[in-house]
Amino acid sequence: MNESLERLSGLLRKEGLQILRDPSALAIAFLLPAMLLIIFGYGVTLDPHRVALAVVSEQPDALTQSFVAQLRGTPYFSTESFTTIQPAERAFDADRVSAIVWFRSNFTRQGFTNGAAPIGIIVNGVDANTARLIEGYLQQTWANWLAMRSREHGLPAGLPIDPEPRVRFNPAVRSRDYLVPGLIAIVMTLTGALLTALVIAREWERGTLEALMATRATIREILLAKLVPYFLLGMGGMVATLVLAVWLFGVPFHGSLLVLTGVSALFLLAALGMGLLISSVARNQFVAGQIAIIVTFLPAFILSGFVFDIGSMPWPIRLLTHIVAARYFVATLQSLFLAGDIWSVILPNALALAVMAVIFLGAARLRARKRLD
Amino acid sequence: MASAPEPLPALSLENVCHRFGSPARADTALANVTAIAPAGAVSGLIGPDGAGKTTLLRLVAGLLRLQSGRIEVLGEDVARNPDAARARLGYMPQRFGLYEDLTVRENLELYAKVQNVAPQAWMARGSELMHMTGLAPFLGRLAGRLSGGMKQKLGLACTLVRIPQLLLLDEPTVGVDPVSRRELWSIIDHLVRTERLTVLVSTSYLDEAERCQRVLLLHEGRLVSATEPAEFAAQTRGRSFQVSAADIGKRQLQAELAQRPGVLDATIQGSSVRIVTAAGAPPPSASARASGRALSIVAVPPRFEDSFVALLKSGATAAAPEVPTSGERAPLAPEHGAAPAPAPLPAAAAEAEPVILATQLTRRFGDFIAVDAISFAVQRGEIFGLLGANGAGKSTTFRMLCGLLPASSGTLRVAGYDLRRAAASARARIGYMAQKFSLYADLSVRENLRFFASAYRLRDPQRRARIAWALEEFALGAHADAVSRELPLGFKQRLALACALLHQPEILFLDEPTSGVDPLARRDFWRRINALAEAGVTVLVTTHFMEEAEYCDRLAVLAQGKVLATGDPDSLKARVRSAEHPQPTMEDAFIALLEAAEQPQAA
Amino acid sequence: MWRAVLALIVKELLAVLKDPRSRMVLIVPPLIQLIVFGYAATFDLNRVPIAVYNRDHSQASRELVARFLGTRIFTQAAVIHNAGQINPLIDARKVDLVLSIDPRFTRDLLTHRPAPVQLIVDGRDSNTALIILGYANSIITEFSLRWLQRHGAPPAPALLDIRARYNPTLNSQWFIVPGIIAVLTQVVTLLVVGLSVAREREAGTFDQLLVTPFTQGEILLGKGLPGLLIGGIEASVIILAAVFWFGVPLRGSLLALYLGLFLFVAAVIGIGLMISSLAVTQQQALLGAFLFMVPSIVLSGFATPIANMPPLIQELTWVNPMRHILIIVRGVFLEGSGVRAFVPEYLALAATAALSLLAAGWLFRKRVY
Repeated sequence: MNESLERLSGLLRKEGLQILRDPSALAIAFLLPAMLLIIFGYGVTLDPHRVALAVVSEQPDALTQSFVAQLRGTPYFSTESFTTIQPAERAFDADRVSAIVWFRSNFTRQGFTNGAAPIGIIVNGVDANTARLIEGYLQQTWANWLAMRSREHGLPAGLPIDPEPRVRFNPAVRSRDYLVPGLIAIVMTLTGALLTALVIAREWERGTLEALMATRATIREILLAKLVPYFLLGMGGMVATLVLAVWLFGVPFHGSLLVLTGVSALFLLAALGMGLLISSVARNQFVAGQIAIIVTFLPAFILSGFVFDIGSMPWPIRLLTHIVAARYFVATLQSLFLAGDIWSVILPNALALAVMAVIFLGAARLRARKRLD
Repeated sequence: MASAPEPLPALSLENVCHRFGSPARADTALANVTAIAPAGAVSGLIGPDGAGKTTLLRLVAGLLRLQSGRIEVLGEDVARNPDAARARLGYMPQRFGLYEDLTVRENLELYAKVQNVAPQAWMARGSELMHMTGLAPFLGRLAGRLSGGMKQKLGLACTLVRIPQLLLLDEPTVGVDPVSRRELWSIIDHLVRTERLTVLVSTSYLDEAERCQRVLLLHEGRLVSATEPAEFAAQTRGRSFQVSAADIGKRQLQAELAQRPGVLDATIQGSSVRIVTAAGAPPPSASARASGRALSIVAVPPRFEDSFVALLKSGATAAAPEVPTSGERAPLAPEHGAAPAPAPLPAAAAEAEPVILATQLTRRFGDFIAVDAISFAVQRGEIFGLLGANGAGKSTTFRMLCGLLPASSGTLRVAGYDLRRAAASARARIGYMAQKFSLYADLSVRENLRFFASAYRLRDPQRRARIAWALEEFALGAHADAVSRELPLGFKQRLALACALLHQPEILFLDEPTSGVDPLARRDFWRRINALAEAGVTVLVTTHFMEEAEYCDRLAVLAQGKVLATGDPDSLKARVRSAEHPQPTMEDAFIALLEAAEQPQAA
Repeated sequence: MWRAVLALIVKELLAVLKDPRSRMVLIVPPLIQLIVFGYAATFDLNRVPIAVYNRDHSQASRELVARFLGTRIFTQAAVIHNAGQINPLIDARKVDLVLSIDPRFTRDLLTHRPAPVQLIVDGRDSNTALIILGYANSIITEFSLRWLQRHGAPPAPALLDIRARYNPTLNSQWFIVPGIIAVLTQVVTLLVVGLSVAREREAGTFDQLLVTPFTQGEILLGKGLPGLLIGGIEASVIILAAVFWFGVPLRGSLLALYLGLFLFVAAVIGIGLMISSLAVTQQQALLGAFLFMVPSIVLSGFATPIANMPPLIQELTWVNPMRHILIIVRGVFLEGSGVRAFVPEYLALAATAALSLLAAGWLFRKRVY
């Protein structure tokens, strides 16, 4: 036992020195995560704001003015006024505005006589998600406008139903608050799976593993010496992301650090298991890198619920997401940050992660032999 | 058991077979190898690349699954009890897996810990190893920055942090300069003497066989012979002669002798030719003549290589490479290509001006001076060698001459051009064969030839004619559509040379042209190069093989970026001739030069 | 010269197609990405699980619930009987939306007071939350208008008449799939070109190439043109898949599309050659390509609109070729635009291509030795 610890300490020291001296390890473990964090923290958001609208009032009057004022009063829109539809259409085609609000010349007359005068809305549907969000904002603005008019004129409510939306956990509905926590899963996938697969493949390529295998070090010690440093590196990445998310980007963190640490550890073990497994299949860095990107990085991005809603995917792909470890982790992360320690989310997901960690690490251990063939 | 008396072998192999790949398309790496390695002695595992040496060593170390047969290490069955066997052996793989981003000390300490050397014991052991390998001054240096020889010594030191009972060394002397090579061997000898260690060492250098107590000779997966080296060499006793003749060029003499019936082997040795006659053939008579000149024939003691070549050529092994082994025709006479050779240099210019000229050529990489003000000149039709170990600066010099690397200072001329600045068409006059025979591995033989024909701007019908010539001349026709990655090394070498000769260059650059190939392929290669030189092609070759240097007309011996000496092989050897060394080898000459160069620095 | 370049191109194509690793790069990742992106990368919602907490039990409230469940978007996952059940259901992510109808619902409706309906939505995925709220609001509005009509109340003075142009059903596959053309063309071209020089450097054939009479221009062309060919074929295959498999309408001019793709691939080749000339090993080249690819896709407008980014980053995306080709591809596919619509994009792409190719040539010369 003592001898085993001695061997392990030698291997661990070596691994640590190598991480510090290897530029590609530094690039994957630090540069790429930092880049992603900054891009997602500052650059990427799904929430439209100040959407450019073309407002066409063929006969501007008080009624159209009040609607335009309502539009301008929200943070969602900025408006450009037109009196005919053609120049607005041109602005629309040139992508200068994302939607047209069109009051025809008989709008006010019809509104006061029969009511139900149509406000023509043309939305650019190319980006379907943004179009849908713009539609939602417009409907909300319109409903508010109706309610305000009714109040002002002492009329009965504009619409008979008054929906009261209540957004639980993310009242400001900021997409950054749900994207940034998910990044922890991406960062940990990079160090746990991609980097681990690459460094072991490098040992195969350079023949260093062959030399180690002929020594007293057991295969368990060799594997353990790979797991521990990259485990620490991955946990470090998690902590750094957490700190930056909370302090720099103001993402709330409602959960407990203990739970976050525990679940992260489980996910990281699963990711490390995948990295080990990949490197036992592919013994050169090029192939190992390719496989790691396709089976770990890409799914963590697309199939984990990090950006895209899993429930809305077609069933074969939904089925596929069940073998993506990141899926369980992202779900837990979003809850931990925005909602808190919700055990009904944490427990099943943590269990799934534990099962995956056991399967991947076990498979990696079974495949690893002190042999070259 | 380790201290068992002499007769018990430290290693015994019984009917060991190994195949790679799927059962359907399997490559046999080892076929029915049965042998022993006696305890307390150095056994050499000798054979060219691809003979199965590494596979055998990996099987012994338990790193490959034994497919059939039985291997016992010090009485332990490797297949049944791999850990027990492994605990008693030390294994140094080829290209020993040093962590290049760790320092010498860090590498050593890693292996000390992994091998459970107690810290107190390590103090003594470590300094002993440092002393033995001479690595003490470099403890803080990254392993990646060491020279080839020092890397191997560090690898050996890492393997020896705990003294094993059986030491397996896979090609420890590849790419190592002769001085380091001698040092490595003396370390091994020392260990065997003091620690009663058993050593199994593989090598592709036949001259190293003579340093072993026992030799296992592998060729294409078969054990060709397992004897004492002297006994093996004795097979050609009385059949080895050194022949020289006044007034005949050594190459012409060699070509003539090689064709004579009864001559198995003829190789150039300085200005004379060494021949081996077939068993039962009459010894050459003193009255033999060549081209009407009298020959002087001296019987010489047989070498290991003589017997090996004799064995291969007399068909004792199943599959000798299918190359035309007798030089029955001048292979590269221009008419073969049915294409005009590039216009030869004007005769006057050729006489007066060297084809390759380097003056005070220098190359620095940062602070490091890789090539330090070297000068030499090569005449038309000359074979000029740059001899030196890895890291001596020969590859850097070579790359500068080819225009692949700019010189930091100094001037160089190749056929009157600086290839770095000359128009691309000037490069059509040179042929280039890279180290490791770099070809497009995924392309077939024919596709490679087609590509290089186009690269050298050959047009049909000349292009087609030259490709047909290459396929025939280099006996590649049967493999024309084989992917070149899958060719045996000897074929790759021939294909690389064929590609370099398609456009009939007047200057040929060869970088380590025969490393790793078997002795027959090497002879075949030099036969062609000799014929080219006779036809007026200028050849510049780099090599770390001392033997190969014998083929050169003149040599520049390089070490640490400097030219130690320039001259023909005989004159270089003559410098170190002494009473105790009446017949110095090229290696003796090289080592003497290195030592002489280090004296003033040490003083 | 062209004969020599042709020989280089043939060699390059053979090397790429015969090497199983390069073949894998060309075929496997694009296929997987096409399927995964094409089907999984969608913002469209369906089968959103909701819970209903109806305390009104009237004809009107049941009708409202039926309207929710009648869409293909919402499915009922739970029925709630007391308020304490609401939060646990949301918290456990069992439902994304709780529709809570107040007991006064019908009474308020009939007395022309605003009838309260609570929509409690899970904000952990904020985009989904917003879209759910949008759907819920429009269902309620529709219900309200019908109620007014049926009960003869005065109609609202104005109604919204919303039409989405170019993509009337707001199918986000129409948005994502044309984007995949750009993404995959970039990935494949970058890998093929980026790895080619490193591969030759590793094999030692690059030196061999440099001592032949090829000029540097020829070698650069010989490395770049195969990328153009492979990128073009890859793009065409995905265009076919987009039209015939995913059924995305191709409304504009193919000329405009291919002109854009040509300039885009040229720019990517320039970047690939830059990476290639800096990298010594294939692994470094792979890492370099990866480091370029991730931000270039994230900041291209592929999934998240550029208009939503901070102004400074919006300016930065001008140097990203992906940004421009996405505008062109989507413009041609969905908006039916022609060459004239994309003059700024063509100019930006051409400038990027020229700059990156020049830089690659310069680096190439520096690193060759």
